[in-house]
Amino acid sequence: MTEPVQHVEYHDHHTEHPTPRAYVWVAILLALVTAIEVAIYYFNLPDWALIAGLLIFALIKFLFVARWFMHLKFDERVFRMLFLTGIITALFVFSIVLSIFFLAGDGGPAPLVNGGG
Amino acid sequence: MATQDIVLDTQEHTSTGVDNVKLAMWAFLGSECLFFASLISTYLLYRNDVLSGPTPSEIYDIPFTSVSSFVLLMSSLTMVLALGAIHRKDERQMRVWLLATAVLGMVFIGGQIYEFTTFVEEGMKLDTSTFSSAFFVLTGFHGAHVTVGILLLLTLVMMSLFGRLSPGAERKVEMIGLYWHFVDIVWVVIFTVVYLIPTNG
Amino acid sequence: MATAAHAQKGLFSRPRAKTGWFSWVTTVDHKKIGIMYMFTALFFFIVGGVEALLIRAQLAQPNGQVLSADAYNQVFTMHGLTMIFLVVMPLGSALMNYFVPLMIGARDVAFPRINAFSYWVYLFGGLFLYTSFALGGAPDGGWFGYAPLSTLQTSDGMTFYALGLQILGIASLGGAINFIVTILNMRAPGMTLMRMPVFVWMTLVTSFLLLFAMPVIAVALFQLMFDRVWGANFFDATVGGDPVLWQHLFWLFGHPEVYIMILPAMGIVSDILPTFSGKPIFGYAAIVFAGIAIGFMGWGVWAHHMFSVGLGPVANSAFALSTMFIAVPTGVKIFNWLGTMWGGSIRFKTPLLFAVGFVTMFVIGGLSGVSHAIVPHDGQQTDTYYIVAHFHYVLFGGAVFGLFGGMYYWWPKMFGRHLGEGLGKVHFWLMLIGFNLAFGPMHILGLQGMPRRQDTYPDNMGWNFWNLISTVGAFLIAVSILVFFWNVVRSRTKGEEAGADPWDGRTLEWATASPPPEHNFDVIPHVTHRDDFWHTKYATDEEGEPVKVFAGGSGSDENIDQVHHTGHIHMPDPSFWPVVAAFGLPVLAFGVLYISTPTLVVGGLILLVGLFGWGLEPSAEEH
Repeated sequence: MTEPVQHVEYHDHHTEHPTPRAYVWVAILLALVTAIEVAIYYFNLPDWALIAGLLIFALIKFLFVARWFMHLKFDERVFRMLFLTGIITALFVFSIVLSIFFLAGDGGPAPLVNGGG
Repeated sequence: MATQDIVLDTQEHTSTGVDNVKLAMWAFLGSECLFFASLISTYLLYRNDVLSGPTPSEIYDIPFTSVSSFVLLMSSLTMVLALGAIHRKDERQMRVWLLATAVLGMVFIGGQIYEFTTFVEEGMKLDTSTFSSAFFVLTGFHGAHVTVGILLLLTLVMMSLFGRLSPGAERKVEMIGLYWHFVDIVWVVIFTVVYLIPTNG
Repeated sequence: MATAAHAQKGLFSRPRAKTGWFSWVTTVDHKKIGIMYMFTALFFFIVGGVEALLIRAQLAQPNGQVLSADAYNQVFTMHGLTMIFLVVMPLGSALMNYFVPLMIGARDVAFPRINAFSYWVYLFGGLFLYTSFALGGAPDGGWFGYAPLSTLQTSDGMTFYALGLQILGIASLGGAINFIVTILNMRAPGMTLMRMPVFVWMTLVTSFLLLFAMPVIAVALFQLMFDRVWGANFFDATVGGDPVLWQHLFWLFGHPEVYIMILPAMGIVSDILPTFSGKPIFGYAAIVFAGIAIGFMGWGVWAHHMFSVGLGPVANSAFALSTMFIAVPTGVKIFNWLGTMWGGSIRFKTPLLFAVGFVTMFVIGGLSGVSHAIVPHDGQQTDTYYIVAHFHYVLFGGAVFGLFGGMYYWWPKMFGRHLGEGLGKVHFWLMLIGFNLAFGPMHILGLQGMPRRQDTYPDNMGWNFWNLISTVGAFLIAVSILVFFWNVVRSRTKGEEAGADPWDGRTLEWATASPPPEHNFDVIPHVTHRDDFWHTKYATDEEGEPVKVFAGGSGSDENIDQVHHTGHIHMPDPSFWPVVAAFGLPVLAFGVLYISTPTLVVGGLILLVGLFGWGLEPSAEEH
């Protein structure tokens, strides 16, 4: 990933934080990405390209906020692991839930159900 | 109020070397991922089920929401600048940035209230369709999180004014900052998945 | 040491009492909170038990007249909710609260006030749920509250369900975060993760399951709340809502919940068996990793509760496979326990009896569980008493036996006196026989096709005999519980006094006095071994056999030389803000229930005042 400011060294210790200048650069980048997102929304792209593009841009914003503003880039590994465990669990189980619905055709009322335990 | 609870004997030394409160905050944020994932998945399941109500593409006002998304995104910058200020022991400047963050948050919430009101006027209420239920509950819970964040920020400002922020001021600002940024990145996902990605309708 | 103690004061003067009822209301001591959890859970155990007896009295004979159909629905629903959310989970929390800090050599949990808050939220949530009986009817849609049954019921019962479980979930989430931080961060020097007692490990896994499962049920319950109170359409099939969504969200929480209930009991048993077998746990790493594996795999099996929904052959096959796989780590644990006892010098004390009861009953429940993993077989069993038999074998034969074992094992540590051995054995055997009489026949009834959740059955179905036996068994369990309570009362005056280490224990909780002082350890132990306390008592001879040493063994005793003075141990002060803040939640819930803005405002204010008072109060002040 591109680092907006190469000249600042942060990697030595987690108590050191980036300079305000670096934060402003990140914010400018976030603003630019948002602008691009909204712009491609108005292009007549095919759906798959639009969705892929939007997801990639959202991921970039997500990563920059999490890694820079929330300091995951500089902080202890345990925080990253806690957060990632939540995200991965969520992606795992809900992609299964949604694919079950969409594989089953979705939409219509569900059959009458009487299972459980 | 996890951020306020301090236990003796633990601040100097912990087994992993990381701060108790920060560990708790990240665990909580991990938990929140599942909370919002459940809401977003419900929305994805229902976004085409509009009955006779308006469809997403009919009702969303993309330019308006883009602006309020931008406002929330920039509030993350002011939040992190507040943290930078308190790292330099500059409480006065910290208060300025915290207030700025809270104001940006309020602008966002104001936008959401305006948006909800408009939608209701245009005939989309909570009980109009499954799409409307999923939309209002998802974005409403996000708004509730932002509101809690605003209250926390204003509390920090008041505590600082009354000289009660220290000791541990840096950590208090950092914890509330983590919460604030988290709420922001949830909106990054919502903005893309809910507003921008096209639906069948 | 006391970094938080500074000139700052809270808004009001702090409670100071160390004894008397007020000291219990304001306590932040993990041991007192653990005891409150335990007795509250035992109280609800009686309530849930009475409900069970009502159910069995109704079903003792065909065409039972004890309860109306409507009352029966409320009673079986509340029995399930009570036993799961108000008994098994909090009893586990009780023992975790009391013993996890002791076992890892800590002075308290990481967030003592959040700990107190969790307890009060649990108590108020339970009471809130029970006020429903007086306010127009208790929840009556089964513990899993399937839509549309839960959304269409006109009484307020299922709204109480949605709000009550939401409140209880807050307590669980607070507890989970507290234990994760405590276990990761508050271990004594030398207490590496792989030296922790198995109970501590299982607490950690349970806490992670709670951390990630609670938000999912929270969303489901909020959606139910919006459907019922404000007319949203999440589960209303007539306007495109999908009741199957509720099932997915519920079981995404519900299956991890099963492990949340059983893993603490597995941990308890894994600490009882080595103590009474005179051997270390067999395959420590295997039992720990099996527990972690269960924690992960528990996220991939939820749809086996939904085989009869019609999810399609792909989903059904995948979940059948994952369900069979999760039996593997569970089986590993069974062999660990057998291996621990194998060749040991076993002392048949009451805790050991309960632990062995746990292992045997859990195996039966586990095997009937594997039989549901086979989809066509499950189609036969779904919604019959076979399911009821299965989950009682794992939750009663498993979790409850394990928890009772834990109480008998740790009672002398908590109260300084033993529970009577003789009465304990009577309790065990009555409960074991009663349990098998009550739930064993349900396998047969289920395979004969008797449906669950029916308030009665006709005379000519051939179900009369086994139902009567089952009722006899249920009342036998009730007698055994009376024996237990008699034992508790009797032990207060007549119980044999226990020293610090009555069972020749292996883990750190036995290294301090019984009951432990408020600060747990005069000197924080320095851990050098797994089962460190054992190594302070025993050395190993040339053949590898343990030899008792009286002046300190190969363990951590040498560190006692570095005695710190104990005068400055600074514990967190009591606080009344947790109970204030917790009280706001049921008030808010009533505000939602009756859509009453004033009540909502009052509840919100109580909560806010509680939280602000808490936030502005340092956890301890200068004395």
